[in-house]
Amino acid sequence: MANFETPEYREYPIIPELQEGAMSESAPFIAKPNHQEDLGFPGELVDNWEKVAIDKMGDLLSRYRGFQVYLDSCVKCGACTDKCHYFLGTSDPKNMPVGRQDLLRSVYRRYFTFAGKYFPKLVGARDMNKEVLDEWYSYFHQCSQCRRCSVYCPYGIDTAEISMAAREILDAVGVGQKYCNEIIGKVFKIGNNLGLPERALKDTLLDLEEEIEEDTGLPVKLPLDKKGADILLVTPSADFFAEPHIDGLIGYAKVFHEMGVNWTLSSHASEAGNFGMFIGSYETMQGVAMRIRQAAIDLGVKRIVHGECGHAWRIAYSFWNTLIGPWDFLDQNYPIPQHICEYTWDAMQQNKFRFNKEENDHRVVTFHDSCNVARATRMGDKAGGQFEIPRNVIKEVCNNYVEMDPATTKEGTYCCGGGGGLLTDDLMEIRVKGALPRMEALHEVVEEKGVTTMAAICAICKSQFTKVLPYYKMPMDMIVSVHQLVSDAIILKGSIQEKELDGTDEEIAEEAASK
Amino acid sequence: MSVAYAILLYIAAVVFFGGLFLRVLKYWRTPAPLKIPTMPAPTTQAGVVMRMGREVVLFESLFKSNKWIWIFGWIFHASLLVAFFRHLRYIITPDNILWPIVDLQLLQAAGKYAGLTMLIGLLGLLARRIFVERVRYISNPSDYLMLLLILVIAGSGLSMTFVSHTDIVALKMFVLGLVRFDIQPLPDSLLLQTHLAMVAILMIIFPISKLLHAPGIFFSPTRNQVDNAREKRHIVPWAAKLDATRGQRTEIKK
Repeated sequence: MANFETPEYREYPIIPELQEGAMSESAPFIAKPNHQEDLGFPGELVDNWEKVAIDKMGDLLSRYRGFQVYLDSCVKCGACTDKCHYFLGTSDPKNMPVGRQDLLRSVYRRYFTFAGKYFPKLVGARDMNKEVLDEWYSYFHQCSQCRRCSVYCPYGIDTAEISMAAREILDAVGVGQKYCNEIIGKVFKIGNNLGLPERALKDTLLDLEEEIEEDTGLPVKLPLDKKGADILLVTPSADFFAEPHIDGLIGYAKVFHEMGVNWTLSSHASEAGNFGMFIGSYETMQGVAMRIRQAAIDLGVKRIVHGECGHAWRIAYSFWNTLIGPWDFLDQNYPIPQHICEYTWDAMQQNKFRFNKEENDHRVVTFHDSCNVARATRMGDKAGGQFEIPRNVIKEVCNNYVEMDPATTKEGTYCCGGGGGLLTDDLMEIRVKGALPRMEALHEVVEEKGVTTMAAICAICKSQFTKVLPYYKMPMDMIVSVHQLVSDAIILKGSIQEKELDGTDEEIAEEAASK
Repeated sequence: MSVAYAILLYIAAVVFFGGLFLRVLKYWRTPAPLKIPTMPAPTTQAGVVMRMGREVVLFESLFKSNKWIWIFGWIFHASLLVAFFRHLRYIITPDNILWPIVDLQLLQAAGKYAGLTMLIGLLGLLARRIFVERVRYISNPSDYLMLLLILVIAGSGLSMTFVSHTDIVALKMFVLGLVRFDIQPLPDSLLLQTHLAMVAILMIIFPISKLLHAPGIFFSPTRNQVDNAREKRHIVPWAAKLDATRGQRTEIKK
């Protein structure tokens, strides 16, 4: 494994004592000049970078009300200090939300406030210098933008907004993060985060169709670029190849098949994920999202359904209408966009499916609320639907469902530790340590309630848990897609599973005759 | 002395109201380009008003977060409000529409003790700042000084109520004189002079310090936005301009 120690489970979730500088060495790989220039950022640290950084900060202050208000409003009350999973897992005070914000706020005060200009020591203001820049690079890449702190702040100060702004400034001076910027480049060049070209995508989907047919005896299709389809499914590209994601994709396909709808995937928009949000760039995020609008227009679809992905659902639910709306060419009778869980739950309520819940009886299931879904989006038409609907879907297909500690779910959910552009091997230490609070809550229900399976609706959560569960001595295949549970229990009409359950046509006829 | 205090208070009033006005104007004019309410959020404007009301009156989020900060913080702010209303009697005359409220026996009696509860709240917050390691770490000198400043204001005010009374009739003449630009003598009391000087300093630093949390909360997008992103397109002018080029930012030539 790696050259750091996995945190021990704590007997009680006590707040750790501070260890200053515990994570000061953590920093992701810096973007290469071509990654930077692809996105229109300078290739390397520019000469007059101090001025560029301060000018960029001024620009952001004039364009984002939240940024301006949050930098002014913090009273250092301490309410957020024990709320970040990265602080709880590392004890580094710069991972307390206010500690992280102050890395930037101190510079804001120096250049943009009266007190900071004339009495810097009094208000903790400091000059922009290389040391500060390096510190930003390190600690603003130890924030997954999960917004847990914003729930507990009396002013709603959202560290995600500060961290996005910091990353935007870093990009502007030429010091971007390799992982995010390289991936965004791939979307612009190839169409998805994985760099999976259209041919490979097509082959993968054909393989999946074969697999499903072998399993069910039915020609369940995963159409690609089908013009005139009614529904465009936009899903994270991890769903096309990563485990356990792919079993979720099979679940969506079975749901659509059983509903008998005409649907399609798009090679141009083969990515729901949008790392433009992680780097805080409105322009980049808009460019990435725009591919989906283009695909919807080109294919002539009437509806857009969105696969299981946390940050992507935030962008789709909260930002699409702003970035790439208005959606006047789509069918207004359905939510635009609609989450796959909303779609499935809707159909479940109309009794469109038949399930054999026993197929999931070997599991005791719990649900991990993904941070972006929980705190930045909604499902259904009531506040809190983002908590209820995925749970309803799970309960419809599983007999054994339990909750984790309520302090760690719903709006108080802990991030998986890999969100916000941190899902890269060069940040393994912070990822493992940041997973501690979720791992503790999971471990508790494993011990006390015999939980075997944790379901999630986010591609990053699924990848992150697959990687970190073994560090905490739990099996990596505990983590599944919600739609994998659906897929395992659904009895498609005319499928092998239906015949196994009801008997073959002859058997049914014989049974009827014997009565 | 009276003239010096009159000038100080005039300056304080100008800085306080002027500075606050400019700051609020800045918040007002700065656009919030994206929908970022912390969910679950209200789906109607009326719901947002309720949410903001609970936040401002009850400190709802702080209650969820930390009961100690909540209790000390809430006691302090509630006491401040009561004390403020009690002090109105020095500024307004019986012909003012607020007079019936100010004249309430209950308010005047409660106001007397609000100073004491304010002290409890402030000392609790100060103790946390000193003794809780995490809060100590995030505290700057200004954070302590601000608490001390308000402690001195509360202490000097309480002393005038319970220890050494000042001539409040003369004080009212002085204050009303300020309002009418006709400077009257300020009572010769060290407690009163300390009290007024500290209040003036507090007013002066208000628009240039973290005390901006007071107007700030109302402009916080995570708290004041309606959850209706799918139903209604939210677009600010600078973002609308980008719509023209959005179709050209979708790819890079290989």
